[in-house]
Amino acid sequence: MKQNTPKLGNWGLVFMVGALIVAPIIFVKGEFGGADGEAQEAITEIEPQYEPWFNPVFEPPSGEIESLLFVSQAALGAGLMGYVIGLYKGRTQKSSDSDKP
Amino acid sequence: MNKKSRRLSLLAMAGLSLYWVIGAARPAQAMHIMEGFLPVGWAVFWWMVALPFFVWGVRSLTRITQQNPNLKLLLGLAGAFSFVLSALKIPSVTGSCSHPTGTGLGAVLFGPGVMTVLGSLVLVFQSVLLAHGGITTLGANAFSMAIVGPWVAWGVYRLFESRQQHKIGIFLAAALGNFVTYLVTSIQLALAFPAATGGVMASFGKFAGIFALTQVPLAISEGLLTILVWNWLQAYAQPELQTLKSIKGQEVVQS
Repeated sequence: MKQNTPKLGNWGLVFMVGALIVAPIIFVKGEFGGADGEAQEAITEIEPQYEPWFNPVFEPPSGEIESLLFVSQAALGAGLMGYVIGLYKGRTQKSSDSDKP
Repeated sequence: MNKKSRRLSLLAMAGLSLYWVIGAARPAQAMHIMEGFLPVGWAVFWWMVALPFFVWGVRSLTRITQQNPNLKLLLGLAGAFSFVLSALKIPSVTGSCSHPTGTGLGAVLFGPGVMTVLGSLVLVFQSVLLAHGGITTLGANAFSMAIVGPWVAWGVYRLFESRQQHKIGIFLAAALGNFVTYLVTSIQLALAFPAATGGVMASFGKFAGIFALTQVPLAISEGLLTILVWNWLQAYAQPELQTLKSIKGQEVVQS
């Protein structure tokens, strides 16, 4: 079990994730399109007469705006994560510096 | 490189190539169910199913934060993790993209109820601002990503926790929570769109067959990233983890 190895190296984890993401791009010839359009296709294939009965309230006016919104989502999340973990780490180091548990 | 390790890496390459060849070139649709793409009856049905879980989740969330205000930061971290991961559209072996859910970490830390709330918030954000998923399909999407996923993750972790296998428990919790989310999505689509021949099962085979494979590497990635954050928390957030441990028993009694 993994438990026996003292600690799965964090860099190792990052590397593995990176490899998992990059490998398909290199080895697989696909379009890597967004899946939404294909969802539509699959459904209309099964039920050709189906009409979506409700449209999104707001749609990003262009692909650029959409990617901006996605990036903001990731950036906000990543920023907060960095803040929290940095704070925790600083706190841990400070308390170990002053020798208080 | 010596002979043995060279042979090993060759074997690994062959295995991976085989995996990619088998998985190649089928488009997948592994996203949330799009706005308007569930018939009214089903849309209402999934809203009805999801709402009690959501209410229960809000109560669990307020109870935790009121009793332990110091956990709020960690809660923010769990939410942020899901926020980041669900924004990442990651290419997969099938030649199309899908995204992880990031709900496993929060479910393991705080229990499934809390993650129902946080996951639903992520879904609301994506459906309102990004036109991914939708308001009418929010109930269904919340049921798959914010309810079933976290419950599975939580259950899997509890199973391994009792055997003291924390890390593998975390990995499997996050990976299976991710994977199950998309299985539920295909069940929902199959129920709403049974095939003319073969009915629900045939449809399920179609939907699940399309994206089960897409989701495999993503589920692994999510599992690894969750271990990464878990390692950080183990190193730097012991006080919070201890608090969580102490309220865990109490949560189970109250739920």
